[in-house]
Amino acid sequence: MSSYVQADGLVSDAGVKQSASPRRPAPRRLNLAWVGLVPFGLYLLLFLALPTLLAIASGVVVEGRLALGNLAALADPVILRTFWNSIWLSLLTAVIGAVVGAAVCYAMLGLAQTGVMRTLVDAAAGVLAQFGGVMLAFAFIATIGVQGVLTLALKENLGIDLFAEGAWIYDLPGLIGPYLYFQVPLMVITFTPAMLALKPAWAEANLTLGGTRLTFWTHIGLPVLAPSFLASLLLLFANAFSSYATAAALASQGSQIVTLQIRNALTSETLLGRQNLAGVLALGMVVVVGLVMWAYSAVQRKAAQWQS
Amino acid sequence: MAVVSASIAPSRATRTVIGVVVGLVFAVPLVSTLLYTLRDGTGYSLVNWARVFDPANSRILTPIWTGLANSLVLAVVTVGLVLVLLAPTMILINLRFPKLRRLFEFLVLLPISIPAIVLVVGLAPIYLVIGRSVGTGAWTLAFAYGITVLPFAFRSIQASIDAIDLATLTEAARSLGASWPSVIGLVLVPNLRTGLLAASLISTAVVLGEFTIASLLNRAVLQTSLLVVSKIDTYASAIFTLLSLAFAFGLLIIIGRAGRLNTGKDQP
Repeated sequence: MSSYVQADGLVSDAGVKQSASPRRPAPRRLNLAWVGLVPFGLYLLLFLALPTLLAIASGVVVEGRLALGNLAALADPVILRTFWNSIWLSLLTAVIGAVVGAAVCYAMLGLAQTGVMRTLVDAAAGVLAQFGGVMLAFAFIATIGVQGVLTLALKENLGIDLFAEGAWIYDLPGLIGPYLYFQVPLMVITFTPAMLALKPAWAEANLTLGGTRLTFWTHIGLPVLAPSFLASLLLLFANAFSSYATAAALASQGSQIVTLQIRNALTSETLLGRQNLAGVLALGMVVVVGLVMWAYSAVQRKAAQWQS
Repeated sequence: MAVVSASIAPSRATRTVIGVVVGLVFAVPLVSTLLYTLRDGTGYSLVNWARVFDPANSRILTPIWTGLANSLVLAVVTVGLVLVLLAPTMILINLRFPKLRRLFEFLVLLPISIPAIVLVVGLAPIYLVIGRSVGTGAWTLAFAYGITVLPFAFRSIQASIDAIDLATLTEAARSLGASWPSVIGLVLVPNLRTGLLAASLISTAVVLGEFTIASLLNRAVLQTSLLVVSKIDTYASAIFTLLSLAFAFGLLIIIGRAGRLNTGKDQP
């Protein structure tokens, strides 16, 4: 369309011709460049957008028609309970993980950024935060399982029976330990940049004005870090809430949390007589995680003003 | 950076207390797992390790090797997707469509916000179609893994892109008569190599650790085979847990070094 108009102008007005001709190659190259974005765009469409839409739609669309009645499943006492379990487990491990992780970040402030210790801590944090999953469950079974090393050591040496109340490790409380084992490292990864962004000038200003190390933290450090801390906490919550592998390997029976309930719904389609339960649960998860991540980006924007 | 550390860093004693306490707590499960694998009924020995790696013990080794082989194929294809699909697109975005950078970043970081288990619900019907048209080869799962590694790979490559002047390098090469393939192959790739290497390694680590998608789509990968083996022999799963964690740890140390080379270039 635009090239047609330009061509028309070329014929009618010589003045336009001169100014228009150097510009002409630009749109053509731009068009070719757009083509370069197509493969990746298609890929995102097919394997990110489409599955997400299908997941959400599979709960509320039945045979091509909207069936919002399926959402009633979210009000089912069993489902409500699993959501509640997921939420408190995520909140608990996010709060503890954030506090402990922040303490580790604080302790690492004194380490040289390129030192061996830092590289080791960063690598260990990465392994545990991102690739643990199933393996963390096995490590905890070997430690505090019914035949675990720590379980037997406590029983034989101190007479403490970890499982006097029953084998809680395969139930909800058993998830707290493994979850903390990946939440603390994730906090270290996400919170370290905020810690490193504390500016030397602020510390100097504090000292010049007669402040102490304590006043630096109470008046400058903590207020500046608060938004980053909250943002990391929200990220930890979303991380625990979405986590599946550890729980799946540990709790082979039962569906105490939402992700396990989705497994249940996917593998036995007839659960509770509702075929679309997996989709409805996925929608519920997307809403919760979506809200948390929305809050995260809002808080992160606030935090970013100190990190330039 | 060194100044800020000196003036507000905790005292050596505080640092040591935090480090030792957290370090010990985190060491307990790993040390316990190691001791667990060394049990032999009465004391400690390598009997479990010998039994698990006995070539005759096919009941345990077969699922592990199958899973590991599939995971490695998936890692190669996923890294291929990152290098052939993601990296060129990022270069193109940075050179030609800087206005799209924010949108692009939002899109590639999106997989952080979408739980893998939600993706699985939607991927199941897609993989039914793929299974019918392309087949059910293990490598097909790489399309899904390519999405899960996007945020990690993006950050690594973007750090490298930010560290060099992409536009000037490209213009210089172009004005000296280089064709686009040689600009990318001889100028950009060598300059971005640390980012591309880090992206490849982290993608490999993520693929080797992935469980959710594979398990719910009934694919055999390393992590699902660990779960299978744990039902037969808990010592074997503990042994492979230690080995896998150690391997991932090694990969990340290499990434850390690559990353440091990158920042080293940044700060003269």
